[in-house]
Amino acid sequence: MPDPSRPARAYTRRTVLKSAAVTTAGTALSPAVALAGATAPSVIAPGESAEIALSVNGREHVLTVEPRVTLLDALRERLGLTGTKKGCDRGECGACTVLVDGERVKACLTLAVMRQGSDITTVEGLADGDRLHPVQEAFIRHDAFQCGACTSGQVMSAVACIREGHAGTEAEIREWMSGNLCRCACYQNIVTAVADAAREVGR
Amino acid sequence: MRAFGYIPVREPAEAVRAVRRAPGAAFIAGGTDLLNLMRDGAQRHEHLVDINRLDLASITDSTRGLRIGGLARMRQVAEHRSVRENFPVLAEALEASASPQVRNMATIGGNLLQRTRCGYFRDAASPCNKRTPGSGCPALEGWNRGHAVLGGSEHCIAVHPSDLAVALLALDAVVHLLGPDGPRHVPMDGFHLRPGQAPHVDTVLRPAELITAVEVPRRTTAVRSRYLKLRDRATFEFAVVSVAAVLELRGDRVRDVRLAFGGIATTPWRSPEAEAVLRGAPLTVDAIERAGRALVREAVPRRHNGFKVALVQRALVELLSGLGGLR
Repeated sequence: MPDPSRPARAYTRRTVLKSAAVTTAGTALSPAVALAGATAPSVIAPGESAEIALSVNGREHVLTVEPRVTLLDALRERLGLTGTKKGCDRGECGACTVLVDGERVKACLTLAVMRQGSDITTVEGLADGDRLHPVQEAFIRHDAFQCGACTSGQVMSAVACIREGHAGTEAEIREWMSGNLCRCACYQNIVTAVADAAREVGR
Repeated sequence: MRAFGYIPVREPAEAVRAVRRAPGAAFIAGGTDLLNLMRDGAQRHEHLVDINRLDLASITDSTRGLRIGGLARMRQVAEHRSVRENFPVLAEALEASASPQVRNMATIGGNLLQRTRCGYFRDAASPCNKRTPGSGCPALEGWNRGHAVLGGSEHCIAVHPSDLAVALLALDAVVHLLGPDGPRHVPMDGFHLRPGQAPHVDTVLRPAELITAVEVPRRTTAVRSRYLKLRDRATFEFAVVSVAAVLELRGDRVRDVRLAFGGIATTPWRSPEAEAVLRGAPLTVDAIERAGRALVREAVPRRHNGFKVALVQRALVELLSGLGGLR
């Protein structure tokens, strides 16, 4: 299984299209410089913005945000990483699930300023070049989506769910994937895909 | 969300000072409840003091008991070996809460301080005595299916939503605090306040006080403990009714029992009346049913929540008969 925390080498049509936004909104810089900023977050006055460093898919970004900017909005609107979806924007749907230091979290329920110094992995950071992550492949193989709006959240959650060891049975998968809703109700195929990916990863 | 300032801190005393000095300040830990409250306009803060870098996340296990740092995450506690072996009710309550993602984020201290899910409280356009003192309580005569049948007042009948708090109450846990006047500790039984005349005050916390730890005393009885949560869907939902029980049997008799309830009351609800019925008595379905009746003797059901009175009694029978090996 590729390590999702390593730098992304995947460039999809979307990331290429969005690369202009990335370079204008956030500047990649050497890890040493970013780390110096990351270890000492500073006070930001109400209404003010400040420069923060975020490590996303193995790349360091410096961006200017107000404290009220969620990690989700920072990823989508500032870094152009729109693979992470905004569904409910209140922690109920799971569409914005990303990994922070390897653990799945809801990016809408945390502030970007609180994640300085953490390693963030989004769906854009899962594939290894053209080779998809086993969970992504299993979702395609089992047609585990319809509209696709929840899919990147489902995939990120499934990656963590499998790594946590919570994908042993169908019932266990249903319980431990319960933080991700699918309005198309593709649950049966999602569960099958997660179970299949878990077997694949375990091999 | 309205703009606010951001104050990261490194030491507990610094955190307390920051919240005391900065205007309209609050602590932020997991943020999973606070950010939604701020989005909805149910709570407003001019500054957030980020306490995530404080060294308060460890869990230590000793002969006295378990000391859980206020910043320990829900998942971390639920996965802890001693919690699973010695205090199963605690692990069960945690794993029945929220979603895996939220449990990776939300802290133990924050969980105890989460605010009610009452729809009128969360909707900034509705009157609500808890949010805006003196504005009224639409739940009394309105949609109150999710509301409390115990511990309410004519000013508020909102339910406390925490599963963890119910389990900690049954375990006689103690909350450790640090405030401007130094440290103090408060038993879980009494930490949360009934609405009475002042529903806007949820707990005994004083301004700028921080939850530094929760201590769970070690008792052999806690090994036989369980949490039962009934919800409107199978998972990822707040309790309609929940029961935490810690049971110690000697032969077929109840040597000790501690019962706490969620979903039915304005605070996590301990029932000394129900416990007294069972203590010293043979554990039978009949005795559990009598305990259930003692629990709801003072219940004040409203238009839509009367079913909780029957449901919680059945939940108690289900839980205790399973725990006591009656079936």
